[in-house]
Amino acid sequence: MEHYDSIIIGAGHNGLVCAAYLARAGQKVLVLETADKPGGLAASREFHAGFKAPVAHSVNHFPKKIVTDLGLESHGFGTSSESLPTIGLSEEGHHVVLQGGAVTGVEAGDAAAYPDFMKQMQRFADALKPFWLKTIPRAAITNLADMMTFGRIGLKLRMLGKEDMREFMRITALPARDLMDENFDHPILKSVLCWDGLIGSKMAPRSPNHAVLPLLYRMSGDYCGDPGSLIEALHAAASASGAKIRTATAVERILVRTKDGVLAAQGVELANGEKIEADRVVSSADPQTTFFSLAGVESLEIEFTNRIRRLRCDGYVAKLHLALNGLPEFTGLDQVGGRMIIAPHMDAIEFAYDEAKYGECSNEPVMEIVIPSLRDSSLAPQGQHVLSAHVMYAPRRLKGGWDDSKRESFRERAIDAIARYAPGIRGQIIHSELLTPKDLESDFGVTGGHWHHTEFALDQALMMRPTYQAAQYSTPLPGLYLCGAGCHPGGDLNGSPGHNAAHEILR
Amino acid sequence: MNTAEKYADERLMRSHFHPREAAWNVRDAWASWNGYKFAECYYDAEYEYFCVRNSCATYDICPMQKYYVQGRDAEAMLNRMVTRDISKLPLDRVTYVVWCTDQGRMVDDGTIFKLADDRFMLTCGSPCGAWLKMSAFGFSDVTVTDMSDHIAALSLQGPTSCAVLKKMGLHGIDSAKPFDIRHFPFHGDTLMVSRTGFTGDLGYELWVNPELALQMWDELYAAGADYNIQPFGEEATNMARLEAGFIMPGMEFNEALKTIHFEHDQTPFELNLGWLVDFNKPHFNGRNALLKEKERGPKYTLTRLDIEGNKPAEHSYLYSNKRCTREIGYVTSAMWSPAVKANIALAMVKTDCLEGEIWAEIYYEKELRQYNKAARCSVMKKPFWAPARARATPPPDY
Repeated sequence: MEHYDSIIIGAGHNGLVCAAYLARAGQKVLVLETADKPGGLAASREFHAGFKAPVAHSVNHFPKKIVTDLGLESHGFGTSSESLPTIGLSEEGHHVVLQGGAVTGVEAGDAAAYPDFMKQMQRFADALKPFWLKTIPRAAITNLADMMTFGRIGLKLRMLGKEDMREFMRITALPARDLMDENFDHPILKSVLCWDGLIGSKMAPRSPNHAVLPLLYRMSGDYCGDPGSLIEALHAAASASGAKIRTATAVERILVRTKDGVLAAQGVELANGEKIEADRVVSSADPQTTFFSLAGVESLEIEFTNRIRRLRCDGYVAKLHLALNGLPEFTGLDQVGGRMIIAPHMDAIEFAYDEAKYGECSNEPVMEIVIPSLRDSSLAPQGQHVLSAHVMYAPRRLKGGWDDSKRESFRERAIDAIARYAPGIRGQIIHSELLTPKDLESDFGVTGGHWHHTEFALDQALMMRPTYQAAQYSTPLPGLYLCGAGCHPGGDLNGSPGHNAAHEILR
Repeated sequence: MNTAEKYADERLMRSHFHPREAAWNVRDAWASWNGYKFAECYYDAEYEYFCVRNSCATYDICPMQKYYVQGRDAEAMLNRMVTRDISKLPLDRVTYVVWCTDQGRMVDDGTIFKLADDRFMLTCGSPCGAWLKMSAFGFSDVTVTDMSDHIAALSLQGPTSCAVLKKMGLHGIDSAKPFDIRHFPFHGDTLMVSRTGFTGDLGYELWVNPELALQMWDELYAAGADYNIQPFGEEATNMARLEAGFIMPGMEFNEALKTIHFEHDQTPFELNLGWLVDFNKPHFNGRNALLKEKERGPKYTLTRLDIEGNKPAEHSYLYSNKRCTREIGYVTSAMWSPAVKANIALAMVKTDCLEGEIWAEIYYEKELRQYNKAARCSVMKKPFWAPARARATPPPDY
């Protein structure tokens, strides 16, 4: 029988990053993926003949260290340090464009305040940056290395200087709305700047607990790029290092058996009954799937189990894909190559959220749109295009449950919203598809259809992500590790959880 | 305004045996237990204690919490929760268990009755529905039902208890070994009898449909009339259980889920219950923490003390010297034991001080004047009191 050093569950980007690091260190690694190709939520999938799109449609803050360590550029990952312009759409065509540290389409006051604001936020982001690629130690420090990690965090913040440090402390848990109101006047600018703090979360501008951390997390990457090329490069890098990747291979459960008198994860059993042995199992699946469906509560402790149970895992983002017979035209917009946000003011986000909070779909959804086929021509037939949008808010637990007609009605609402900005769009649609969080849950095996596996919020961050005793990538079950978005630092196409997990395993 | 109505929800509930108990309770000495009106004593605590030790007496365990844990996963769920291995518990047997937090701190102790392969009854002193619900989460086939109000239960304890039950018509009860469960037809229903109790003596617990509670009481008391059957309350129970060396929540241990201060709760090892922790079982809640505790040795150990003199060492601090300057522990329960004829106590003593001298600083009152004295304590290796009849099958007849 084959025996591996590590079996990695899931060939999403974190699973592949972890696999590549472990294999490079000489481990015999097997990656098991349910889908018929790697990539997870970042995998391109054909949603209509000839039209493809990944659910996760952008790489905005990928760490340079992982690119360098794994030689991802030599494996074809096209990196760029310049992010796409972000465009706050206006129905009348008076768009607000954020690019290269400057903003256009706003009054002089906002335009002048913007660079200073961004510079300060960037200083905060830079102070935190080293810690996304580090294991955050347990609060009860037991060794010098852990103490030094905390010491470095404190030092980094202190080195911001007195004023910046005070400001950082002040805004850490400030609702995004307050922060934006303090600094800017233009409604579109304010809602666009909120966006990166709340996308993918059960949050809106007035929610406390979120504003800054996710925003700074997203501001602290090095590279932008394209999900398809990232996944291909990671797949190639992992394979080249010797990791074996088996797709179309669903793991039924983690084999938990007695070893040295205690229960330990010692391999996996596949859906077809095949058993594969390993010294450890590293799961890139979300924590609830990993602990409840794969490992089973019988091998876990009771309070730990219930901390995993109470994780907030309900997704609130639906994914819209449009197959278009040409490039869409947005009123007053010359180029659609950026990241376009439909959220004309912060209350538009807030009201859309209010409905979802009580289990309804937003009547006037807000969204982020990209045209991925502009960057990757393989995604659509020549001259034709794909529109990809993250649409908020669509609660996983919709009142009365999701069905085809509710999905269809939300899809039409989303297209109506786009049509207000791109009036000709309906005539260009060859095919449309909306994936609700429930669809994401069933198609990609992620609890709640949540992008980040579990909410990215202060109470589920750092050494509390997903919960203490599992926040250092090892778990209370010997031989079982986590390496997915449910771990520090969190979600998006970032790879840090996979990197950090490998580091802990190899320590 | 009708104040009786206004406070209706605040009033203590009445046990299924209350009509009979109220008649016996000539002192109207009521306390409460889990929301039930509960007798401290009926006539005189010492008299009731002597009934338990010399004839027989009944203790109302209706207020005790009872849960049915049922389903295909019931055994797995309980086995993960408690420190003892219950997978080998035979049908119609009872076992004493403790359960702990993830950190190995004791949540509570209780008993598990195996009523069928997929049906267990768990009993414990205070409500633990929330903990059971947490423990059951993630198992596909297990339900927890709070049966506390739906089973009438009465404990019959004392040397003549078996004789009374035989006289009541429970044929074959004398063949029940300690921790055995027997079922008897009873007026179209079933009377379940377990050879269990909280006095350290021969004794049984009777479990019946509440509708038959008073009928069972009457038949039991008719059979026991010649044996001077008598109800006993909280105070007598506390005397008997201390002689037996049984622990009491709020005295020997503080339930972990109700403990605020760090390590003001206890581990089973501290309570001298290491024998209940089965490390042959590959997993149970708190296993890791308890293994560490076992290797390190508990900071305190619950210890039986025989104390010189006759002044009960209630609430005493313990010292390693007669001058009482080096504190090494505290007394949890103490009494002058009539059965043992000794001044006994249970105490938490720092484990590394068990071998040395132990002195109790005893405070006592004489006609409003306060006195204190240092009394030498010796550690009792054996139980204070464990009569052979408590274990004999069949028990001696009377």
